[in-house]
Amino acid sequence: MLRIGVFVCWCGSNIAGTVDVEAVSEALKSEPGVVFSTNYQYMCSQAGQNMIIDAVKEHKLDGIVVCSCSPRMHEATFRKTAAAAGLNPYMVEIANIREQCSWVHKDMATGTEKAIILGKAAVAKVALNAPLTPGESNVTKRALVIGGGIAGIQTALDIAEAGFPVDIVETKPTIGGKMAQLDKTFPTLDCAACILTPKMVDVAQNDKIRIFSYSEVQDVSGFVGNFEVKIKKKARYVNEDICTGCGACVEKCPMKKNPNEFNLGMDNRPAIYIPFAQAVPKVATIDPNACNMLKNGKCGLCEKICTAGAIDYKQKDEIIEEKYGAIVAATGFNPISMDKFDEFAYNQSKDVITSLEFERLTNAAGPTAGKLLRPSDLEHPHTIVFVQCVGSRCENCAEKGKEYCSKICCMYTAKHAMLTRDKYPDTEVYVFYIDVRTPGKSFDEFYRRAVEEYGVKYVKGMVGKVSPEGKKLKVTASDMLNNKQLHIDADLVVLAAAIEPDKSARSIATMLTASMDTNDFFTEAHPKLRPVESPTAGVFLSGACQGPKDIPETVSQASAAAAKVIGLLSKDKLTGNPCVASSDEIMCNGCSSCANVCPYGAITYETKEFRMPDRSTKMRRVAKVNPAVCQGCGACTVACPSGAMDLRGFTTSQIIAEVDAICR
Amino acid sequence: MSMNEYKPLIVAFCCNWCSYAGADLAGNNRLNYPADVKIIRVPCSCRVNPMFILRAFQRGADGVILCGCHPGDCHYTSGNYYTRRRMSLLFSMLDYLGIERERTRVEWVSAAEGAKFAATMNDFVETVAKLGENKRLEDLRCKK
Amino acid sequence: MTNLDMRDEIVRISGVNPAKCMACGKCSGTCPAYDEMEFHPHQFVAMIKGGNIEPLLNSESVYRCLTCFACAERCPRGVEPAKLIDAVRLMKTRPQGANHLLADNVPKMLDEETPQQLLVSAFRKYTK
Repeated sequence: MLRIGVFVCWCGSNIAGTVDVEAVSEALKSEPGVVFSTNYQYMCSQAGQNMIIDAVKEHKLDGIVVCSCSPRMHEATFRKTAAAAGLNPYMVEIANIREQCSWVHKDMATGTEKAIILGKAAVAKVALNAPLTPGESNVTKRALVIGGGIAGIQTALDIAEAGFPVDIVETKPTIGGKMAQLDKTFPTLDCAACILTPKMVDVAQNDKIRIFSYSEVQDVSGFVGNFEVKIKKKARYVNEDICTGCGACVEKCPMKKNPNEFNLGMDNRPAIYIPFAQAVPKVATIDPNACNMLKNGKCGLCEKICTAGAIDYKQKDEIIEEKYGAIVAATGFNPISMDKFDEFAYNQSKDVITSLEFERLTNAAGPTAGKLLRPSDLEHPHTIVFVQCVGSRCENCAEKGKEYCSKICCMYTAKHAMLTRDKYPDTEVYVFYIDVRTPGKSFDEFYRRAVEEYGVKYVKGMVGKVSPEGKKLKVTASDMLNNKQLHIDADLVVLAAAIEPDKSARSIATMLTASMDTNDFFTEAHPKLRPVESPTAGVFLSGACQGPKDIPETVSQASAAAAKVIGLLSKDKLTGNPCVASSDEIMCNGCSSCANVCPYGAITYETKEFRMPDRSTKMRRVAKVNPAVCQGCGACTVACPSGAMDLRGFTTSQIIAEVDAICR
Repeated sequence: MSMNEYKPLIVAFCCNWCSYAGADLAGNNRLNYPADVKIIRVPCSCRVNPMFILRAFQRGADGVILCGCHPGDCHYTSGNYYTRRRMSLLFSMLDYLGIERERTRVEWVSAAEGAKFAATMNDFVETVAKLGENKRLEDLRCKK
Repeated sequence: MTNLDMRDEIVRISGVNPAKCMACGKCSGTCPAYDEMEFHPHQFVAMIKGGNIEPLLNSESVYRCLTCFACAERCPRGVEPAKLIDAVRLMKTRPQGANHLLADNVPKMLDEETPQQLLVSAFRKYTK
C-alpha cells in the first residue's frame, strides 16, 4: 500500500468560498492509504510547494493528491514539485475542485460533499499509480521531402538553410513540378520560370540537398526521428554524374514521335529527352517504351553521339536505403481527367483544352513558342470561351468530378482572359462562372481589372454543351442575369478543370500511416492550429497535397512545414509521453484488433517464445506497442478482447477505482 | 429544497482535449450545473470501456454521460468515431435489458463550449432525476 | 393547397432536393427547348425552392419541356430539374378532369410527319 499525502488548496477564496477545505482534508484522512492530509491557502505558491516537499520527506509519502484547480492548469507544476521531492512525477493526481466544483456550485454543503468525493476518486486512482518514465529516442538529422514541385523545393531549401541535410524524391526526370509548366503567375503576372528556375538552381547547388529525380519512395518503416526509407531510383539509361546536358543525343535520336508529357502531349519529343531547357538535374533520360535500342537492340545512335560517354543501356533500377528524422509529403496535384465530361467535347475536338494546356500554349517554351494558336489548325482563335468549375463543386458526380471548390481556377481564368485580351485585343473572350471567388491579397482587384480594363465578358451562367461543327465550336450556355440562352461560335474552349491530389499520394500515405480525407488530400493534425503536421508524428505536409492551394499559399505552407521539421531535427533526443499503451504478452492472443483501430500505426506484432506451465515452449504472436509512436488515446485498450492492452496513467483498474469511489 | 429530495448520481466521462476543457470553461464562466455530476478525466472518449459504464451502473450510478470532441475534431483523429459505434451498441444492449435510453448519453462538447457543457449537464440531470433511481443494474451486494 | 404544401408535394414526387441547387445555370445552358419555355429550367428550380409554384402551374412551360433529361444528366448538384418539371406537370394533370390533351383534339394534331408513338406517349403523359 502506498503512503499517500493529500493537499487541499483554498485558492484564496476561489475554492474556500464554496468548499469547506478543512472538512475535505479531514474527511480524506480516513481514506485507505492516506497518511497525511492538510490544507493551505495557495498550494501552487512556492510556500505551498515547499510544504508538499517537506511532507513527502517527513511522512515518507510515495503518492500525492492535490485537491485544487484543473489539472490542465497546474498538473505540470505539481509533477515538478514531486520530482523535486524525489518522487516519480507521475505519482501525482489532481482532484479538480475549483473549475468543476467550487466555481459551478453555490451551496457550501453540496460543494464540500462533491469535493470530498472527487478527492476520494483521486486517492483511489493514485493508489494504483505506477512510476512512469518517458521513453527517449534518437533523432536522425536528415529530412526527406517527397515531391519536387515548388512546395518540396521551398521546404528543402529552408531545411537546408538551417544546416540539415535534405533529400528530395521526385518521380519525374526533373524537379519543378506544375509551376514549371505555368506561363505567368497571378496576381502580379511574374513569369513562372523567372521566379522558379533560380530556386531550382539553388537546390541543385546546395551541398546539403540531394535530388533523387526519376525516383519513387518504395517503403517506409520506423517512427518519428527514426524513419527508414527505401527509394527506387528508376533506370534512366544515362549516367547522371557524367551527362553534361548538352542535348546532342536529343537532337540526333531518330524516334522523334512520342507525346511530350511536359507539354501535355501537345507536341512530340524524342525517345531520349530533357523535359525542358532549365531542367534540374539537366540530364537526359531514355524512355524505355520508345527507344529502339532498348526495345529491340537496334540503333545505339545516342551512345555514339555522346562525347561524355554517359549513355548506359544496361543501367538497372537501383534501391537506395536511407534513414530520416522527418518526412515531408509534398506530392502535389493534377487536373482531373476530362474524359467523362462528354458535354464539353474534350475528346472530340483538339480545340477544347484544359487550363493547364492553355498555359503551355501561351508559354514561350511551349509547343507554339508562346503564340496563342488553336491546336487543330494552328490558326489564331478569335472567340475564346472559358468555362469555370468544370468538375469542381460537383455533388452527384463523384465518379466524374469533385465536391470541393478547387480554389485556384477563378484566379487563373481571370489571368488567362486578361493576358489574352492584352496580347490579342481582337479576340472576344467569354468567361462563364457560377461564382467568382477571389479572396486573397490583390486578387479581387485583379479580377475586376480583367472585367473593367480588359473588357473580358464575364457571364453568370454555365456552358451546357459544346459541339464541334466544321472549324467552329458551337457553345450553348445560359446567361442567368439576362435570362437568356446564348449560342456562341467559338474557336477555342478552355476548361478550368478541377484539381485532385496526385495519384501517388494514396500509396505514400499508406506507407507513412498518415491519414487522408475522402478526397485523398492529406489530413492535418489540427485544421486550425496544426495545419502543416500530419497526425502521424514526424510527418509534415507541404503544398497542394493537403488541399487546393495557389503558389503564395503553397510557399508559406512549405516554409511552415520546414520550420516544424527544423524544430524536430534540432533536438538530440525525443522525449515521449509516458502515458502510452502497453500490451501484456501473457494475455495477448495476437488477434490484431488493437492494430486495426490504432490511428498511428504504433502497434506491430512479433512472434515470441513462451514457456508454458508444463515447461514446454510455444511460439506465439503478440502485440508490441512502440512508445515513441503511441499518442495514448486508448482506442486499443477497448478494442482488445482479452484485456491485454492497457494505457499507462489511465489504466483500466485506475478508472474503475475512480468509478467505484464516486459511486460509493 | 428538502433533505429527502432524490439526488441522482451521475458519472461523466470527459475527454481531456475537448470536453474536460469545456467543463473547465463552464467553471471559468461560473455556469452552474448540479453537483450530482462527477467528472472522470480520460485521454479520449475512446478510452471509455463499455465495462466502465456497466460498472458505474452496478455500483449505483443513475446516469452515465460520455463527452468527447465533435466528430472530425478528435485530438487522436478518429477516437470519437470508435466511441460512437461502441456506445450505440452498448446503449441498444442496455435498452434491451430494460435500462432506459435516457440514462445514457453521448454528447460532443468542444473546448469552447462551456455553455453547452453546463446546459447538457442540467438537461441530463433533470432527465435522469425524472426517471428516478436506477435499480435494475445496481448490485446490492456492493452496498455496504 | 398552399404554395409551401405544393412545394413539399413536388419535392416528394420528384425525389430531388432543390435546396442543393447552387444556381450555376448549366440546366438552362443545356436545354434544347429553352426558347420555347416561358420559365426556364433554372427558374423552375429557383421558384420551387422559393415556394412560388402558382405561376409554374399556369404556364405552358410544363408542356414545352421535352423531358430529354439533358439537364438532369448534366446538373452537377443532383438537383435534376427535369424531375422537378415533371412533378409540376403531374401536379397539374393529376386532379380529375384536368386533362391537358383530350382524345377529341388528337385528330387535329395529326400530320404525316408526326410519329404515332409520339402521340401515344404524349397522350399518356398529359392525360389523367
